[in-house]
Amino acid sequence: MKAASFAYAKPRTLDEALALAARPGAKILAGGQSLIPSLNMRLSSPELLVDINGLDELKGIRLDKDVVRIGALATHADIEKSDVVRKHLPLLAEAVPHIAHPAIRNRGTIGGSLALADPAAEYPACVLALDAVIVATGQKGERRIKASDFFKGLFETDLKPGELLTAVEFKAQKKDEHSAFLELARRHGDYAIIGLAAFAANGTKRLAYFGAADRAVLAQNAAKAKDLESAKAALAKDLQPTADLYHSSQTKLHLARVLLERAWNTLSTLR
Amino acid sequence: MEHALDITLTVNGAQVARRVPACTHLVDFLREELGLTGSHLGCEHGMCGACTVRVDGEIVRGCLMLAVQANGCKVETIEGLSDTGELAKLQKAFHERNALQCGFCTPGMLLAARDLLKHNPKPDREQIRAHISGNYCRCTGYQAIVDAIEEVVNGKG
Repeated sequence: MKAASFAYAKPRTLDEALALAARPGAKILAGGQSLIPSLNMRLSSPELLVDINGLDELKGIRLDKDVVRIGALATHADIEKSDVVRKHLPLLAEAVPHIAHPAIRNRGTIGGSLALADPAAEYPACVLALDAVIVATGQKGERRIKASDFFKGLFETDLKPGELLTAVEFKAQKKDEHSAFLELARRHGDYAIIGLAAFAANGTKRLAYFGAADRAVLAQNAAKAKDLESAKAALAKDLQPTADLYHSSQTKLHLARVLLERAWNTLSTLR
Repeated sequence: MEHALDITLTVNGAQVARRVPACTHLVDFLREELGLTGSHLGCEHGMCGACTVRVDGEIVRGCLMLAVQANGCKVETIEGLSDTGELAKLQKAFHERNALQCGFCTPGMLLAARDLLKHNPKPDREQIRAHISGNYCRCTGYQAIVDAIEEVVNGKG
């Protein structure tokens, strides 16, 4: 199908972008790898597309003391190639190759993915596991939102109308901290059947599952368990996975336990 | 607010200036406006990879980029990359290995394969499969395509 007609603007400054984004019927265009399909299928028909790709201040990945700041417009390919990410955010480096395919990774952005909040996407689980901070900018100024407060439901976030996700900030992973990223999909690059982004520091674990509910979820009971068997049992309290066309809720819970088992040693023994 | 915009871009080495509706994606622009029908439209929502083109040196889904977004960019398609000979070895190997039947996916498949070899000249079969995983072929079952790419990797193409 073809997209319905819309107007297009490519602002040069953030202020200009925010003014345009506040107009009724406006939608932000970042990488477009989810938005353009929905336009082509006429699932979405905005009056105005505000293309933020001209905003250089939203690009780039930089390490500032012990914080890695990733601009909203950093593409999956930028993150995949980044030495800073490989060195300081190994979880993210492990996650990126699972996102779609090279041609899509060349355009899709981290900001776009987080703002869309697809429940089967990789980044929301990563920011939850790493307790990252989402930076949002509106006409009234900047807001910093904890990842655990950001996702509100299926494709729903804490972003207010007219607000723009501008960056994500992660604490750089320390030497005695460990992470693991695992995803099960029918075919490389497909949507996850279920996936796990896990992080361990000072004996505490953060286990973020994606593809399991209407948003990425932290399995808090399993994370508190002392050993693998009780963690696997506790997962039933944390997850009531939504069935999809091919996998029942029980199958997904089973697979969630399989992933936990695979991640457990990395998270537990290397302290 | 503008519903149509003037754009200037380079397509296969030639400068092109046109006025395009904002809602036209890049592959429709290439096919309908410029007559470059080698880039194919399969699903039009980013699943099949038949529309793969190169923008500023990197492959993209042509159906997931608006033509207006290509303003100022350097776009290369199967036509241009065939003419320059950049794909010659892959094309020969695809031909000899029967790596196509209907040919609908082939332009996108060749661009994806070339992209792999550009970034990683010695991929193994698994890496080849991962890199072309975003390109559907409904005829060959992929074996012959992987064989053809592998042949070029091994210098036999």
